[in-house]
Amino acid sequence: MSLESGINANDIDRGTPERQSEKLVTLEIDGRPVTVPAGTSIMRAASLSGIDVPKLCATDSLEPFGSCRLCLVEIAGRNGTPASCTTPAENGMRVSTQTERLSKLRRGVMELYISDHPLDCLTCAANGDCELQDMAGAVGLRDVRYGYAGENHLDAVKDESNPYFTFDPAKCIVCSRCVRACEEVQGTFALTIDGRGFASHVSAGMDEDFLDSECVSCGACVQACPTATLTEKSVIEWGTPQRSVITTCAYCGVGCTFEAELQGNRVVRMTPYKDGKANHGHSCVKGRFAWGYATHKERIINPMIRKSIKDPWREVTWDDALNYVASEFKRIQAKYGRGAIGGITSSRCTDEETYVVQKMIRAAFHNNNVDTCARVCHSPTGYGLKTTFGTSAGTQDFDSVAEADLIMVIGANPTDAHPVFASRMKRRIREGAKLIVIDPRQIDLIRTPHVAAAHHLQLLPGTNVAVVNALAHVIVTEGLVNKKFVEERCDAKEFEAWAKFVSQPENSPEHVEKISGVPAEELRATARLYATARNSAIYYGLGVTEHSQGSTMVIGMANLAMATGNLGRNGVGVNPLRGQNNVQGSCDMGSFPHEFSGYRHVTDDATRALFESAWGVGLDPEPGLRIPNMFDAAVDGTFKGLYVQGEDIVQSDPNTQHVAAGLEAMECIVVHDLFLNETAAYAHVFLPGATFLEKDGTFINAERRIGRVRQAIPPMSGMAEWEAICKLSALLGYPMHYNHPSEIMDEIARLTPTFAGVSYAKLDALGSVQWPCNDKAPEGTPIMHIGTFVRGKGRFVLTEYIPTDERTGPRFPLLLTTGRILSQYNVGAQTRRTPNVVWHNEDVLEIHPHDAENRGIREGDRIALVSRAGETTMRAHITERVQPGVVYTTFHHPESGANVVTTEYSDWATSCPEYKVTAVEVRLTNHESTWQEHLDNLHRIQRIETVAAE
Amino acid sequence: MSSTTVKTLVHQANQIADFFRLQPEAEAITNTADHIRRFWDPRMRAQMAEHIGHGGAGLNAIARPAAERACKAAAPAKEIKKLA
Repeated sequence: MSLESGINANDIDRGTPERQSEKLVTLEIDGRPVTVPAGTSIMRAASLSGIDVPKLCATDSLEPFGSCRLCLVEIAGRNGTPASCTTPAENGMRVSTQTERLSKLRRGVMELYISDHPLDCLTCAANGDCELQDMAGAVGLRDVRYGYAGENHLDAVKDESNPYFTFDPAKCIVCSRCVRACEEVQGTFALTIDGRGFASHVSAGMDEDFLDSECVSCGACVQACPTATLTEKSVIEWGTPQRSVITTCAYCGVGCTFEAELQGNRVVRMTPYKDGKANHGHSCVKGRFAWGYATHKERIINPMIRKSIKDPWREVTWDDALNYVASEFKRIQAKYGRGAIGGITSSRCTDEETYVVQKMIRAAFHNNNVDTCARVCHSPTGYGLKTTFGTSAGTQDFDSVAEADLIMVIGANPTDAHPVFASRMKRRIREGAKLIVIDPRQIDLIRTPHVAAAHHLQLLPGTNVAVVNALAHVIVTEGLVNKKFVEERCDAKEFEAWAKFVSQPENSPEHVEKISGVPAEELRATARLYATARNSAIYYGLGVTEHSQGSTMVIGMANLAMATGNLGRNGVGVNPLRGQNNVQGSCDMGSFPHEFSGYRHVTDDATRALFESAWGVGLDPEPGLRIPNMFDAAVDGTFKGLYVQGEDIVQSDPNTQHVAAGLEAMECIVVHDLFLNETAAYAHVFLPGATFLEKDGTFINAERRIGRVRQAIPPMSGMAEWEAICKLSALLGYPMHYNHPSEIMDEIARLTPTFAGVSYAKLDALGSVQWPCNDKAPEGTPIMHIGTFVRGKGRFVLTEYIPTDERTGPRFPLLLTTGRILSQYNVGAQTRRTPNVVWHNEDVLEIHPHDAENRGIREGDRIALVSRAGETTMRAHITERVQPGVVYTTFHHPESGANVVTTEYSDWATSCPEYKVTAVEVRLTNHESTWQEHLDNLHRIQRIETVAAE
Repeated sequence: MSSTTVKTLVHQANQIADFFRLQPEAEAITNTADHIRRFWDPRMRAQMAEHIGHGGAGLNAIARPAAERACKAAAPAKEIKKLA
């Protein structure tokens, strides 16, 4: 595999998908013997033996279709000229792909195509990258006997509605690849072939513009198109790329592999990499198209400082900025103590960057005040899965879903937040797997083309644990426990205690119905389905973790999987869908205040001695502050300095006004980021960060897959983030010497048993690996807990349902829950600076028609959203997606201030905020909230002094 | 030390205790204390110790003895050993 190469140097399209079969067949193609698994097409068999059969409608990401009639072959002893894409290879076949008869037929087909195709190859955006052009050459087309004056489609109107690609029907050969990609790969079914015969044409939705149709802009159709019909606007504007770099997407936790395709240092397009093991050549609108933020005009590329947050920013040199930070942090520690400063690592940064930040904090700050943004999303996953199974990570690889017979999605919205994995999930459901959704809201997955949930448990926010206990109650009391698995794999005494607990009447579906609002029969049917399917898999998201009982719920799901034996093989498991690209990695790298890399506690003398010896410095044996505790300590006056990398805590963390109070009380805040975000309004130093396109390193996705991030363009600020950290650490008295991020990974591997076998050389050779990767598993571990759990015996833990202290009442009668939307990502810092705003340019409040009517609210009205923590305003969207009594919004836009109203309640074990349950009231308003006016003022003072850098 | 911080710490200690409350009392207290000791920064434990010194208002029946065990002996942050 070439990692930096000419375009698609190794991207061979074998025409039809790979087939798996233990039975092999041997045939002869053009005199060459070839052996392939039974079910393989003749076209693919030919390709594997080095023979390219001409094709247009076939591509190996799609099932064969047999419409273009270009791939015809002759088979000895058989009549006619069958299509090689739809004809399976058989033992003893003798196939000819090049004969005079076939040549004539193919030229005839091509003549027909070209007779209705514009002859503008030299000025076409696909010139040199067009399969139609290639095939015209391959079949030796020299003339079109029909001429070009006949009836044609050359005047068809181009659809330019989508911000990222155009649809030019004049160039369409109606091969259906786009339609099939939308169906088979993406699973949206937004495209169809409308009309018949000569009038046949590709239609988006009901013959609408692409933008107005159900199209989700995943790019699968563009990727599949063999002509210039569907073309990226960037390619039309700039031309075809000259080189490409294989790298990993920096959006969600699916971790898709992409080819960054460039002209010089200008990215022309991002295309999903076919050999990417997380995405297998698929993409979503964010990774495929929303990368323009990298060169957005608001990008800050020079370091800046200011004495007071009321002052304008002043551009300085890197040396000046880092010296200022070092002197301020030293001053603060001298005055307030060594525990008065700390730092926050980012799940958007690489493992190597995260590792050096936590190392700087432990070794140069001399404390453990390091935390990561995973605190506010998946920290309960780490706690819950480590407690029950022994390791802080999901159990499966993504491919596992292909063998699931029952998919239970709990508190996740995969089609919006993890779209590429959602497509694979939908494919499995179309193949017959059953779907259960447990969510307070009607997510798209519940009913989408050719997918319908068998059960949707529309529970009240905050009642997850009651529901999982009810499912367990049914499984135990109806004798559905997998006794063999439990006896062999789990602690018997703990299982008995758990079985007794869940069997109690307060955990019965009938009792839980009163708490959760889910009908008892639905609970019983769900439990039976989960327990009796051959393979049942749980996939979950932040709707599980971001609760006061987030860790309890993770434990509850683990209990359920153990009780039914749904662990340790393909098709099963407990699978967290991580929100950001490197949530898993940032946790693995020792970003928590109580753990070194590999989840080893700072109070463990042997572990600490290992790091002290390697790093040559004494280490603090006490846990440090978590993010929310940092804000509390700042308000108390004991925490005065903070380094924040790649996280906008003011926008993303709960109870914004408390966060702001903490930040205002500090004396030196350093923001290391791409843009002047909301947190930067409280900062004294801004260090310019780098986008993933400018980085070398690794990300670890939700399936523990370590994927390489390869630098496509140099850092715009002139300095890699890991280099800046190392320089700062040196100025603080602890030099760190690395020549390249690969040396940081080498150190991680030396000090972390689960990474012992990881190196850049191995990642380059294998593409990616899933940890644990060590002597026991040199090529990684796709499925965990096979045969035995990491901790030995699986541990059942009692999960009593304890209602959150956040209660509705007369003042705040509604429950607010929050989430994400497909086109935007997290706080929107990146996606708001792309054309993705065409789909979502403001956060809105979803409210049920009954609740809206009771308050006199109409569609689009500006409403005040009020909780005991604060008040904000936004527009109302009236929808039955939410149940009566529940409202919902997203947090992608700072102006909407969703987290102004969320509270400081959090998970009992990890302090993960309870974003998903806030008691609120909603009323009509005609003016901004006080907080929003304050935000406007903050934005106004975020100005940069126009003086030359020193 | 602000009253808000103390209120937060008391709430969190009670939450931890509530998770373990189905266990036998001694085990629940031990596990709650262990959780606080393993996850709370020394200054949080010192604040809790001070609060207990003032009567420990608001702590539930498991959280109180657990917090006493985990926090009462909390000393100021330890000196980090110097390596040769």
